[in-house]
Amino acid sequence: MNKVRRHFLKLTGGAGALTVAAASGLFASGAAFAANRNEAALTARGMQDVLKHLGVSNMTDSKDIAITAPDIAENGAVVPVAVASKIPNTESIAIVAEKNPSPLAATFDIMPGSDAYVSTRLKMGQTSDVRAIVKAGGKYFTAVKEVKVTVGGCG
Amino acid sequence: MAEPMKIRARLQGDTADVRILMMHPMETGQRKNSKGDLIPAHFIKHVVVTHNGKTVLDAEWTQAISRNPFLGIRVKGAKAGDKIGVTWTDNKGDTRTDEVAVAAGS
Repeated sequence: MNKVRRHFLKLTGGAGALTVAAASGLFASGAAFAANRNEAALTARGMQDVLKHLGVSNMTDSKDIAITAPDIAENGAVVPVAVASKIPNTESIAIVAEKNPSPLAATFDIMPGSDAYVSTRLKMGQTSDVRAIVKAGGKYFTAVKEVKVTVGGCG
Repeated sequence: MAEPMKIRARLQGDTADVRILMMHPMETGQRKNSKGDLIPAHFIKHVVVTHNGKTVLDAEWTQAISRNPFLGIRVKGAKAGDKIGVTWTDNKGDTRTDEVAVAAGS
């Protein structure tokens, strides 16, 4: 059986239980399909809740996290953001746009031995700090860069 | 079936510079169509990148990732001909996997 089909069938195998749960209103947000591991943090509406759901009790500012993003983003719908962590044993990188309605945009789990670098493009609703939260050796580190947005990218 | 991804994987020393463009609307669920109805949220939630079958990156995404998402990563210890696989799954359960071979550096 080809890999894609096998993966899809594996997903739909759980759909029976999920449709019952969805019908009973458990998935109020409308995300009726498989929840991510970090679902609570990814759908949290404010920074405090994001940090709480990520399990971050404190984070240390680190100069070993480099955030590459424009000082001014012409188009808030497509803001290029790259994060590189030189902290040894980086396990994950989370990217947050602090003033977005759901600030946590994405989490990236870096497997051991892999390069702690990710580059992507975010939607930003307004000028905001872009924050990277790196988990390394069980501890949390962070860096931040402000990105000014001239035309917001959410709606 | 979703449109194929565009994946480029080029060696730089022993690290493959991988650039992935996924074709997906990444609808936030906040936009309205011309009739004033909300367009439902439709976005990639989960991305896995493999190197010769071994997971190197496991990402969880939200609607805040831009339409036709771009993902750039660097895969250490790569050789020309190694397979880079990318799988995405969206909030509707649609999924797509594409694979390329690492190209030798110039």
